[in-house]
Amino acid sequence: MWDYSEKVKEHFFQPRNAGVLEGANGVGDVGSISCGDALRLMLKVEPDTDVILAANFQTFGCGSAIASSSALTEMVIGKTLDEALKVSNQDIADYLDGLPPEKMHCSVMGREALQAAVANYRGEVWSDDHEEGALVCKCFAIDAVLIEDTIRANNLTTVQDVTNYTKAGGGCSSCHEGIEEILVKVMVERGETFKPSAAAQEQEEAKPAGMTNLQRIRKIEAVLDAVRPQLKRDGGDIELVDVEGKTIYVNMKGACSGCQMEALTLQGIQQKLMDELKEFIKIVPTKAGALSRASCHP
Amino acid sequence: MQGIYFDNNATTRVDEAVVEVMLPYFTEQFGNPSSMHSFGNKVGLAIKKARMQVQELLGAELDSEVIFTSCGTESDSTAILSALKAQPERKEIITTNVEHPAILTLCSWLEKDGYKVHYLKVDGKGRLDLSEYKKLLTDQVAVVSVMWANNETGTFFPVVEMAEMAHAVGAMFHTDAVQAVGKVPMNLKDTMIDMLSVSGHKLHAPKGIGVLYLKRGTRFRPLLRGGHQERGRRAGTENSTSIVGLGKAAEMAMEAMTFENTEVARLRNKLEAGILAKVPRAFVTGDPSNRLPNTSNIAFEFIEGEAILLLLNKFGIAASSGSACTSGSLEPSHVMRAMGIPYTAAHGTVRFSLSRYSTEAEVERVIQVVPEIIAQLRKLSPYWDGDAPKAEPEKAFAPTYA
Repeated sequence: MWDYSEKVKEHFFQPRNAGVLEGANGVGDVGSISCGDALRLMLKVEPDTDVILAANFQTFGCGSAIASSSALTEMVIGKTLDEALKVSNQDIADYLDGLPPEKMHCSVMGREALQAAVANYRGEVWSDDHEEGALVCKCFAIDAVLIEDTIRANNLTTVQDVTNYTKAGGGCSSCHEGIEEILVKVMVERGETFKPSAAAQEQEEAKPAGMTNLQRIRKIEAVLDAVRPQLKRDGGDIELVDVEGKTIYVNMKGACSGCQMEALTLQGIQQKLMDELKEFIKIVPTKAGALSRASCHP
Repeated sequence: MQGIYFDNNATTRVDEAVVEVMLPYFTEQFGNPSSMHSFGNKVGLAIKKARMQVQELLGAELDSEVIFTSCGTESDSTAILSALKAQPERKEIITTNVEHPAILTLCSWLEKDGYKVHYLKVDGKGRLDLSEYKKLLTDQVAVVSVMWANNETGTFFPVVEMAEMAHAVGAMFHTDAVQAVGKVPMNLKDTMIDMLSVSGHKLHAPKGIGVLYLKRGTRFRPLLRGGHQERGRRAGTENSTSIVGLGKAAEMAMEAMTFENTEVARLRNKLEAGILAKVPRAFVTGDPSNRLPNTSNIAFEFIEGEAILLLLNKFGIAASSGSACTSGSLEPSHVMRAMGIPYTAAHGTVRFSLSRYSTEAEVERVIQVVPEIIAQLRKLSPYWDGDAPKAEPEKAFAPTYA
């Protein structure tokens, strides 16, 4: 049985705004019947102000699909279309106190239904741009299609590469066989053979060209300074402890330490650091194994 | 625990009488059956008795044909890998596309090693076409592995006949019988079945114990090599406690065989008829005229199975579903797809599997609850309108793939 939050269960057992909405002027139908999840989102928009006056849904799907639909309607009612479009799939998941990794696609579907319904109201055609594959990495919810596309686009050759680019395989590591299988397949396409032993070698070359250690650490500090106000608002803080090659050690302080969302927060910071430094880095909390804890209890 | 447990094809409760015979083997009878002293000897005798109890349930000719393993999956893997190892000149396998993952995942793994695997198709009721099977049988086939009864629909395959056909071309025959053992009378000595897998926890024995039946004379290559346990055919210290439990469970299953096929079947039929009488747009999957006495698999159109299970669970009712969501996969049950059940129904399949502990009152309660749940979910379904599906439901709602 899935480990659904109380919020998910509550929205599933007592869905809000379910059923047909009379007088809807924006309708989005998205989902996949083969996958077993599909949703119709109906909006009633006030034309003068673009405010969503009412939102209803009908869903063919599992508990978390129904809960995500219900949450979405609650989240968008009263917003203008532009405000509503800012609701991300992560916002929907957060609203429900999180979804299991296998179920994150339900929140993605909600976000897409919203885009489709707004497009329908505005007389535009909405087309979906992502394809979903079988879930490979459960720790970070990365599917086969994303891994395959990334390997192809970047000529990746090792599991470590895949982890660096997509995070897949960076947690509990039990999906490494699956990642290797995708590597074998894609590498055959470009006439190469997958060599498991190649993985270990390229590990240890460290800093990217054109940046001294000092510049690098200053950049890291700058990223941490940028997220600090947000953490402080929640009663927490972060402190840089050390930088060793590609590993950045930090201290999560105050309310952040041991917070259920700690791993997610760290993942977000890790992504910001990678964007800024233009290299793969790993962020490691020194006081508790937050990232690995998240990995083992997906 | 309170509640109505109609998920006995997933696992069963261990009978109290089984627990009782097991308990001494955790403490006073803890010896290693291989030891020379009396601590070990008594355990050895208990295992011998259990072996004979299982032999009796299977209708095997000899007790030495019973090899204790850790589970049904181990028995399946051992059987297929042994057949390939013992006949290296034969590079083909025949199975069906509705087998349990214990077989299908192994087969697709073997395909990577260069083996050719033929997957027999089924018709809309989950039945095989024996003429298709006959055409595939050649002297290249090392082993045929076909389940006795399907775990999702309960549908039987004609394994006795298929074993004879396999032998005609010198191929070995294995059957995954984990759902059938204890519910179907067996007389393996009169068949040409070479290997058969049993799982203890499907018949009120504990989890973690299984059996591979290996007909005498069948060439065999062990999976686990090491000590001389199980006559060197399955090394590793015996799980003596669970073996004793499985022996007792086998004896009790033998006694309950008629009950399973009369009373349990009657309750199953009552449940099924009761639900179908009250719920529109629902149908039984598989072959109702040829299936396990305890299993009913019902497809509820236009709603999704996990949502049904969550609501059933709220009423304390346990069942299972072939929807993609319950397994975290992207496709609904491969068994439902193989039978050509449309997606709008395949995702809404619910399997009710009873046991000899199921009661009339439980069946009546489920008949009462299910229609309400189905109606409640259909109110949320974009395919549904009032008390019937929309006209041309696939056109009324055709979402953009996302």
